[in-house]
Amino acid sequence: MRKIVMGYIVALIILCISIWLGISIGSVKVPISTLWNTGADETATNILWKIRMPRVILAGLVGAALAIAGAAFQGLLKNPLADPYTLGVSSGASVGAVVTLFFGITTPILGIYTLPTFSMIGALVSLFIVLGFAKLVDRMMKMETLILTGIIVSSFLSSIISLMIALTGEELRQIISWLMGSVSMRGWPYVKMIFPFIIFGSLMLWVNRRELNAMLFGEERAKYLGVNVKRSKRLLLLGGSILTGSAVAVSGTIGFVGLVVPHMTRLMFGADHRHLLPLSFINGASLLILCDLLARTIIAPTELPIGIITSFIGAPVFAYIFFRQRRTKGA
Amino acid sequence: MLIVERLSGGYDPKKEIIKNISFTVEKGQFVGILGPNGSGKSTLIKLISGIIEATSGTVLIDGKNRENYDTKELARKMAVLPQLHAYAFSHSVRETVSIGRYPYQNSWLQTWTKEDEEAVVTAMEQTGVTIYKDQPLEFLSGGEQQRTFVAQALAQRSDLLLLDEPTNHLDIEHQRKLMDMIRYEVVHNGLTVISIFHDMNLASLYCDRLLLLENGQISSIGEPHEVLKEKHVMDVYHTRVSSYPHPVLPKPQITLIPELQEERQAFSVITAQQIKIRDEFVELQTSFPLKTVSSAVHNAGFGWFQSFINRSVDKGYMCEDAHEELRRYLEKHGFSPSNTVAMMTAVASEHVVIRDFSSLIGSIVVAVTAGVGNAVDVSKAYERSEKPHIGTINTWVFINGTLTDESFMQAMITATEAKVKALAMEEIQDKVSNTIATGTSTDSVLIAATQIGPFFEYAGTITGIGKLIGHGVYETTRIALQDYKRAKGML
Repeated sequence: MRKIVMGYIVALIILCISIWLGISIGSVKVPISTLWNTGADETATNILWKIRMPRVILAGLVGAALAIAGAAFQGLLKNPLADPYTLGVSSGASVGAVVTLFFGITTPILGIYTLPTFSMIGALVSLFIVLGFAKLVDRMMKMETLILTGIIVSSFLSSIISLMIALTGEELRQIISWLMGSVSMRGWPYVKMIFPFIIFGSLMLWVNRRELNAMLFGEERAKYLGVNVKRSKRLLLLGGSILTGSAVAVSGTIGFVGLVVPHMTRLMFGADHRHLLPLSFINGASLLILCDLLARTIIAPTELPIGIITSFIGAPVFAYIFFRQRRTKGA
Repeated sequence: MLIVERLSGGYDPKKEIIKNISFTVEKGQFVGILGPNGSGKSTLIKLISGIIEATSGTVLIDGKNRENYDTKELARKMAVLPQLHAYAFSHSVRETVSIGRYPYQNSWLQTWTKEDEEAVVTAMEQTGVTIYKDQPLEFLSGGEQQRTFVAQALAQRSDLLLLDEPTNHLDIEHQRKLMDMIRYEVVHNGLTVISIFHDMNLASLYCDRLLLLENGQISSIGEPHEVLKEKHVMDVYHTRVSSYPHPVLPKPQITLIPELQEERQAFSVITAQQIKIRDEFVELQTSFPLKTVSSAVHNAGFGWFQSFINRSVDKGYMCEDAHEELRRYLEKHGFSPSNTVAMMTAVASEHVVIRDFSSLIGSIVVAVTAGVGNAVDVSKAYERSEKPHIGTINTWVFINGTLTDESFMQAMITATEAKVKALAMEEIQDKVSNTIATGTSTDSVLIAATQIGPFFEYAGTITGIGKLIGHGVYETTRIALQDYKRAKGML
């Protein structure tokens, strides 16, 4: 128990440090005191409140959403390699977002929430296709089957995106930079756009934390423990899709965050979802804030897409988990 | 507690695996489900627990239709432990057992009560996993994991427990501990248990009732002695089995008989020449075990043995623990104590009388050592008060043939009657009552059969084999008695 408490304390400290670094470092140094010092330099105040702060918060929200969604997907599918990216859910969300941008869809009822909504629908549809197809291939839904299906669906969806990009012409650059994953130049409106979805989606997952624990022993045993498996599964898939959809809507496809963060957290604090979910949420936020910092400073003044940084870290971790799983299971 | 009425169903609704099964389980009963692979044991548990929807029939738990229970309410009433497989992530043992308290938790609030804690701690103690409580499940052995899962089911604190082969992966110590613990809960706390077993004998030992399934239907149901009948089991499992009583408990046990029996050597016939006379004992060594029943000092009762010893001891032989002394004696002389039947006599080994007897139906070998210094008339024995001492007639009968348990016992009687007659004809006296003696106070009889060759269902006095035994023992004993008299100078 003390270990878990320490886990929360350390995670929160890291998050604070990440935010502090994310705000201060950049082409212009902004001292953290600008936050509360009313008499501070006006440019610094502007950079802090109009550029750095929304960017850091957005990166944090996206990272948190992807990480907690990854943790839930992994628990639900009992598959350590599952995450929104490897399952192809991110690609589905991208298609939803690209379609919205491509056709310039605006719905008066949804207003600014049009883009995330379509993104979520895309995520949910692709998730059902992947799971449905994987189940058709292999009733046991083995780890490899699921990942392969994710790749198949994701490649197909990418080709749709490429096709639409080819057809757009002038909007091209904007969509491509968005696709590669970035949280730059988004500003407060984007934060407002996804904030409610991320809180709501995370709550949906958190409410099912005990159910996730029970389902680790198989759906059958979970049912015997009194879990309404159907309802929990629906909530978890829906929550995961909402989180992925909203994250992708503002930042494009950022891979492997949902894989690396829950994995590391689980290694340190165990697979109990009561703590795994919130800890992944916090650590996901920290990780993406730091990755974003790296992306915009490493070859400054040029800015790298953040997706490059996460994939650079994530792919080897993915390989490592895969190796370990295969080895320990002796498959 | 549980009423199953005309229950039918299977994974595929079009193909019913369980067909129209009805039975009732009272509170505080332990029911074992047996049946061959594919007979529907697990399916039956899944239909009862509701994991598979039944095509027809009802399941009443505590008088209420299972379908009318809310999921968590049902989990508080009934715990089910299916056969578990691999899992991807690792919980600690304590966490795993704690998940058994899920049906008592609220989804929004943190509600871990004293009762929850107590249930988890007790369940871990009952299954003996407390010592592993902080270890991750994946680092435990299969048996330790299985016990953890049982603890998880126990932590549910339900009245009804459904188990699918709970002793999977367990060694006999842990099988015994687990089943003892479950039995304790059944007897003392009124837990109702339905469990699938692979091991019929384990089920027989612990269950109040057994249910034998065949092709999705009840082949037989009842107390273990009603279900575990050789014919029932043979019909259902298509395997030759033999049933026998548990040596200690009034429970039937079943053992299978391999189809393939190893070829016996050509010299599988016992003859008088094979019995060797040594300085201190008479010995027969056979190349294959003989089925034996005897009242010998070492390894009495039924058994299979290859060495037969009749040891000569001094008349004054006195030993606190004759069994232990004899066992050490056998070891010293290179006999395997667990493969040897041994008797003792005060008669010197060279006085043994060994004879072959044969007729159209078969052949036997009889060996007798007779010392009657201690002769007793059984009908006057109540007048005596001294302790028995050495001075014995030891009778061995080796039969080349197959005997039933019944004929083994009859052979004992036949041999004894023949011995009595021999004593009468030799006019051996009971020196206390001065009447004709019927034997000595420490006589032993051994009947051993090769269990190959002619089959003797009975061995009473006028059966073919009975005639051989009667005649053989009578003749041999008389010769031995005459020998004894000669040695004592009575003739």
